[in-house]
Amino acid sequence: MSAPRILAALVTGTVFGFGLTLAGVLDPATIRNFLDFFGAFDPRLGFVFAGALLLSAGGYLVSRRFREPALGGGFAIPAGRPIDAPLVMGAALFGIGWGMVGLCPGPAIAGLALGLPQVFIFTVSMLIGIAAHDLWRARQTTAEAVAPS
Amino acid sequence: MPWPAYFQSFLGGAVIGLAAAMLLLLNGRVAGVIGAVGEVVEGVLGRVGREFFERAAFVIGLLIGPFVFLAAFGALPDVTVTSSLPVLVAGGLLVGFGTRLSKGCTAGHGVCGLARLSPRSIVAVATFFGAAIVTVFVMEHVI
Repeated sequence: MSAPRILAALVTGTVFGFGLTLAGVLDPATIRNFLDFFGAFDPRLGFVFAGALLLSAGGYLVSRRFREPALGGGFAIPAGRPIDAPLVMGAALFGIGWGMVGLCPGPAIAGLALGLPQVFIFTVSMLIGIAAHDLWRARQTTAEAVAPS
Repeated sequence: MPWPAYFQSFLGGAVIGLAAAMLLLLNGRVAGVIGAVGEVVEGVLGRVGREFFERAAFVIGLLIGPFVFLAAFGALPDVTVTSSLPVLVAGGLLVGFGTRLSKGCTAGHGVCGLARLSPRSIVAVATFFGAAIVTVFVMEHVI
């Protein structure tokens, strides 16, 4: 924990939230219309991803030229995990919820700024979903430790 | 839909990608929103992780972002959410639980994972896009 790293995370989060707002993804209709090929198809989410992937991939390629990030602490990039059932199950559950409402975690948090009660209800439900998962995992891990199979 | 709107979305996406690049190059971390929000929830549940304050700062930044937009352009986007209460609650629960289970959302698996061609992220993105497309189809054209 260091002040420069916390400040960098704060600024980065702010840039991210600004980008979400500019991209138009705080509006669930942007998401749901992109997903609706047989109805009011709106390609904007595709443009959002194109812009995001371009810069994100650029940043990744630059990072590979360095041993350490600018503020130290090493690079923590998930690697080597297998493609397993939790990955696919979790992504499927997420996709259903994403399609139902048109909000994913970033816009759910940033969208609180809009002051809409519907976004607030969605985001609180999302936080409960996170807590439910984490408590369930913690219980599972404890059970495994007590009775190894 | 006019081309200026497409360009604005591309630009907004580029700013999101810039944020992902910044966090990687400065702190060496993946800009995963659900990872950061999950760390905050863990902290509230009494398990304060080593990088709690960094992750919490990122989440606070996400909340500040729209206000910077407001300051710059004088108004926030005009958004109407039409989902009913049960749909909002069920959707929120599924998004929270699902992204935690798959260890990533549209940001972590989508913007960051796809950019480095992570096989796990490619599978996750294909799965959540597929599930979302089927869900929208069923809700809009079947039910």
